[in-house]
Amino acid sequence: MSTKKKNAWNVGLIAALLILLFLLEQTLPSSSMLFTVLKKGAIYALVAVSMNLLNGFTGLFSLGQAGFMLLGAYTYAILTIPMESRNSVYQYFDGGIIQFTLPIPVALIAGGIAAAVFAYLIGLPVLRLKSDYLAIATLGFAEIIRAVFQWDKLGPVTNGSNLLRNFPSFRSVVFPFVVAGICIALIVMLINSTYGRAFKAIRDDEIAAEAMGINLAHHKRLAFVISSFFAGISGGLLAMYQTTIQASMFKSAMTYEILLIVVIGGIGSVTGSCISSFLFIACSEWWLRFLDNENLYIGGFHVPFLRPGFRKVVFAVVIMAVVLFYRQGIMGTKEFSVEGIADFFKRKFSGKKEKKGGVSHE
Amino acid sequence: MSKENVLKVENVTMQFGGVIAVDNMNLEVDKGEIVSLIGPNGAGKTTAFNVITGVYAPTNGAVYYKGNKIIQNYPQGKMKKLYRGENPMTYTGQHAVAPTPDKITRLGIARTFQNIRLFKSQTVFENILIAKHMLRTSNIFTATFRLNGKEEARMRRESEELLHLMELDDVRDELATSLPYGKQRHLEIARALATKPELLLLDEPAAGMNPQETLELTQFIGRIRDEFGLTIFMIEHHMDLVMEISDRIYVLDFGKPIAEGTPEEIRNNPRVIEAYLGGAQNE
Ligand SMILES: Nc1ncnc2c1ncn2[C@@H]1O[C@H](COP(=O)(O)OP(=O)(O)OP(=O)(O)O)[C@@H](O)[C@H]1O
Ligand SMILES: [Mg+2]
Repeated sequence: MSTKKKNAWNVGLIAALLILLFLLEQTLPSSSMLFTVLKKGAIYALVAVSMNLLNGFTGLFSLGQAGFMLLGAYTYAILTIPMESRNSVYQYFDGGIIQFTLPIPVALIAGGIAAAVFAYLIGLPVLRLKSDYLAIATLGFAEIIRAVFQWDKLGPVTNGSNLLRNFPSFRSVVFPFVVAGICIALIVMLINSTYGRAFKAIRDDEIAAEAMGINLAHHKRLAFVISSFFAGISGGLLAMYQTTIQASMFKSAMTYEILLIVVIGGIGSVTGSCISSFLFIACSEWWLRFLDNENLYIGGFHVPFLRPGFRKVVFAVVIMAVVLFYRQGIMGTKEFSVEGIADFFKRKFSGKKEKKGGVSHE
Repeated sequence: MSKENVLKVENVTMQFGGVIAVDNMNLEVDKGEIVSLIGPNGAGKTTAFNVITGVYAPTNGAVYYKGNKIIQNYPQGKMKKLYRGENPMTYTGQHAVAPTPDKITRLGIARTFQNIRLFKSQTVFENILIAKHMLRTSNIFTATFRLNGKEEARMRRESEELLHLMELDDVRDELATSLPYGKQRHLEIARALATKPELLLLDEPAAGMNPQETLELTQFIGRIRDEFGLTIFMIEHHMDLVMEISDRIYVLDFGKPIAEGTPEEIRNNPRVIEAYLGGAQNE
């Protein structure tokens, strides 16, 4: 299939998706769980893809995602709380010291930039570390950021450990889809560029990459900064979705959730991260909720074991199963594409069972 | 033709802890030459390559490329006391010059690896294309937004040409690691050539090849030298290949160059026969 035809297909599919979302919103009640899943799923898809850019495509095992999301979320919230609300939000800090508001898109991008700047600053020392140490250092960074943002002395800016609220949020599911969609598209374009190829080379073999003239420090830092930028934007979106934020939300458990999404979707697959993000959110927020229901009866039979928190146990088992038996995740390193589907059907109808080679890992 | 020096290794010593892997090495490679470095296992050949390409900073000594000093070091830190090599004071007090391997490659020195290091999740074509990255003029924005279309097209065209030259067309879209051994070595050479080097360092390019493949490789190395105007410095154990194409040979034993000369001279050098060739025949 030619690139032009492929692009046309993709554009068509995206348009169809947006129209479908719009129609759903017109017909279903806005309290439907489906919208919760779609909104949160889109936001998590973005942060999962940004994590995949680093962990899956550049081979840097970083666990700082929650910290960068916090930076994005706070920057967005702080810059958009309307003037008239500042006194009530910052009630303990005389209305705070920031006395202006920015438009939503500008504040979202500012959130990304704030995260990117921090990534740039910690990147130099941290990225020298080898895998496990890098993970520990970034995790530590996220924890420190969380603590610092709760610090009372910074209250005039961050509102200390109090909630930030009253900033603009979105109601339509189309908004997070469009923002996350644009960001993911940008990441995909980067991955397919000559820089993306360099990232993958570093992931495959650092020594060989360096021998090919690729400056390791520079490229690792680029990947780290860009990944953090998009994590920051997703943090801003999350703030909009939650309508209130607090530094204590951004625990390392959040990073693990995102890591899980990346692993289940397939390390090194963008579409895998997206699909698994929606599945994960749907399970945790919706489909597996019944597991927490102590008084579930099926035809008079009291289902045993169920109690609040049981969902988490099931989750843990699923994770272990994935890690033990299905390490490639849903997509491996492959991508879901129009072309792939077309091929699939062609093969089905021409009766050829042979699988085309293309499994790209050992 | 007047000789133009491309590579000069001067008093280079590489000491790991208490082990001296390269011991006061001095050698020169001139433009257009094919020079071989031979020696028994563990003689320090690969270590010498690693010093020249910036993987290790030497413990002592200097390296020049086309007359410019590109690497220099002297025993520092805990090596100050540990150092057992020669000329400990020659470079002391001068600036240490220790570029990373990517800088060396960008100067025009490319290499292959003894234990093949291909990008394993990438296809044959992509392996070559990656090496073109260092010749880019685009930045991350122009590359992401595809404003570098011309450059991208050029990178791809040149990679295709190399693919063709190395006779890898038919496996273009195969995974690099799925190729047979000999082809993987070819691909490593193609990838090194993609960086447009002037000096090519080959670390045992014929390792694991059968005699027929070795013969083809011999002709091939001569051909790329002429076609790309290369200077070639290589490590090799296959004596037929070495004797056939080398202009000059250096022999290394226990980190020390023990002989230098034309293939004819080396063949008849009693020290070499004792240290290496004799041993090789007994194997
Ligand atoms: N990073 C290192 N740390 C410690 N010792 C090393 C290191 N690299 C090489 N050596 C030692 O240096 C010596 C020379 O090794 P080198 O790999 O250079 O030999 P070689 O001549 O390439 O041998 P071969 O023909 O087997 O490839 C060996 O004794 C090796 O153990
Ligand atoms: Mg060696």
